[in-house]
Amino acid sequence: MSQKTTDRTGAAGANKAAGKQAKGLSRRSVLKGAAALGGLAAGSGAVTGFPTIWAQNPITLRQFGTGVSNLNAIAEKCKADLGITLQMTALDSDAVSQRVVTQANSFDVADIEYWICKKVFPAGTLQPMDVKKIKFYDQIVPIFTTGKLTPESKIAQGTAPNTVSFVEGADSKKFSPTPTQWMTLIPTIYNADTLGIRPDLVGRPIKNWKDILDPAFKGKTSILNIPSIGIMDAAMICESAGIAKYADKGNMTKAEIDTTIDFLIKTKKAGQFRAFWKTFDESVNLMASGEVVIQSMWSPAVAAVRSKGIPCVYQPLEEGYRAWGGGLGLAKHLKGAQLDAAYEYINWYLSGWVGAYLNRQGYYSAVLSTAEKYMTPDEWAFWMLGQPAKTDILSPEGKVMYTAGAVRDGGSFQDRMGAVACWNSVMDEDRYMVRRWNEFIAA
Amino acid sequence: MTLSRIAPYLQATPLTAILAAFLVLPIATIVMVSFWDYDSIQIFPAFVFTNYEETITSPVTWSIYLNTLKYTVIVWAVTLVIGFWVAYYLAFHIRSATAQMVLFLVCTVPFLTSNIIRMISWIPFLGRNGLLNQSLMQMGLIDQPLEFLLFSDFAVVLAMVHLYTLFMVTPIFNTLMRIDRALIEAARDAGANAFQILTNVIIPLAKPGIAIGSIFVVTLVMGDFITVRFMSGGQSASVGLMMANQIALLQYPAAAANAVILLILVLLLVGGILRIVNIRKEL
Repeated sequence: MSQKTTDRTGAAGANKAAGKQAKGLSRRSVLKGAAALGGLAAGSGAVTGFPTIWAQNPITLRQFGTGVSNLNAIAEKCKADLGITLQMTALDSDAVSQRVVTQANSFDVADIEYWICKKVFPAGTLQPMDVKKIKFYDQIVPIFTTGKLTPESKIAQGTAPNTVSFVEGADSKKFSPTPTQWMTLIPTIYNADTLGIRPDLVGRPIKNWKDILDPAFKGKTSILNIPSIGIMDAAMICESAGIAKYADKGNMTKAEIDTTIDFLIKTKKAGQFRAFWKTFDESVNLMASGEVVIQSMWSPAVAAVRSKGIPCVYQPLEEGYRAWGGGLGLAKHLKGAQLDAAYEYINWYLSGWVGAYLNRQGYYSAVLSTAEKYMTPDEWAFWMLGQPAKTDILSPEGKVMYTAGAVRDGGSFQDRMGAVACWNSVMDEDRYMVRRWNEFIAA
Repeated sequence: MTLSRIAPYLQATPLTAILAAFLVLPIATIVMVSFWDYDSIQIFPAFVFTNYEETITSPVTWSIYLNTLKYTVIVWAVTLVIGFWVAYYLAFHIRSATAQMVLFLVCTVPFLTSNIIRMISWIPFLGRNGLLNQSLMQMGLIDQPLEFLLFSDFAVVLAMVHLYTLFMVTPIFNTLMRIDRALIEAARDAGANAFQILTNVIIPLAKPGIAIGSIFVVTLVMGDFITVRFMSGGQSASVGLMMANQIALLQYPAAAANAVILLILVLLLVGGILRIVNIRKEL
């Protein structure tokens, strides 16, 4: 997900600049949004009951994480509601993982993805959270606790959040497969990814991941060139096309990696792909210019193509979605008042305003019941229930994202998150996979 | 007496300090890190050869180096021809010194924009529904868009030639301007035709400029990663791109090993050029 906002090959400076720009934009838009939201919040009378002691005893929490949820709007609202100053730093996932492990004192709150958690939590620089202090713990979407969205759902492959959500004890670094009192990350934001298509140019219904291999789309397809995610999309395609069957797509054996990459190389040599993209804007441009008609995509990119007036659909597929999710973790060194403030921040995060903000961007938030209170019934019906919009659907910045009558691609929360086939993950054979992936790109 | 002995050292100190701090030290660090070990999140001091082993024994590395060399040779040849041509025209066909300077400055105008912008602006031009394809189709010259124009080796070479030709023009123009015009007259008096003057007088005298330009172009192309990535649409790789990928995955030691190998290769190429041409004459 960090990959979504940053160019991994680009200089760090560029990232920083982009971050700054984004901040500038959101600050302006926040003012606009705040007016609208102010009315809403006043109407629901919700933002009350938080102690204001932090205003007298100023507390600063340094949070870093991937750009998707490191939103300035959240920092400003947090300051207004709690008096806690959040210093946000947006980094890409690699930098985040590195910093969590090597510079444990440089942050208080880490906003990381679950697969990163699997890599970094055992390093012992984060402390698990006592769920008894998490007010809305019982209402967190069960994907993150038991792993089952509904009692009958199957846990998806890859680094499913529930597998790294709990450790055995307050000082433990060992993940517990079942919920305990000690939670590693409090989920913030998650979503289900699939292929984006140009409905006007594909000329036929798209139903499966393997449709990207259709000879009719020769030279008009693309997948993303970020090894850890690209390999998962490739695995979805291979499995759908009957090339391979994986025990766990999120943790392939060397043989499975070989099969997948060999197939990718063969497909590439046959000229099936037009390009491989790395950054968000590249994927938008490829789609908007018509260079590709079907490709791996992220949901905000689909919205960006659509905002240019170009039809683009985030196509649900029979095999299901590839999902990702992130959460907030606390640094080991936090104690006393700072630790209390961090818990308070997390409780506030789950209390609805942030959730509504994230849901309105097309992502999902951890506690849906509280977020619902901050959304209009129409917004809720559109984003979460998959019903046609009764009025224009606005982004948190107040821009029209969907006009009345539109239906969200993939439908309701249950339809989308219930159809997750695998989660973003880190493989045991990571190093080997990356080497083979480079081979594919060089082939 | 002692002061006059120390003076030259003092004079050399600032440059030495700068080179030591900004050239020798970073390279030494890279060499050092190239022997370190790493896992998926950190690097740790060690003295292992695995980074070099994995790099050198992998066929991928070889194909990427070959690919990079291929770009280098093609871009070098094309920029040489164009660069020499432009410089020759500026030096010998434009009579007034003012016009020469003005035209030379015109050559540099595109360089007032960032090279990323110059490169990316090719993308909408060459794309499937880009300006070029649309124009060609409207003129009835083709009925299908030409796909090879973008996200291909052609696009990479085109963008590189566009970006790097000036580095060839400048030094060649400089040497051509220094050629004593009397030599050309002498050659003509001795009965040489225009082609003979070019091959026997001008090109030999322009060699130092050609060599300097070649060094620029070769080092730039060998180290390039962003042009290759954008213009090939991720379809091709270069050594720089391979390093960028490794860095993104925090495999710094592997990237450092690659950097050392690339550095050695580029130094060999530059050494080769310097053996053929004595550029000191020029400096």
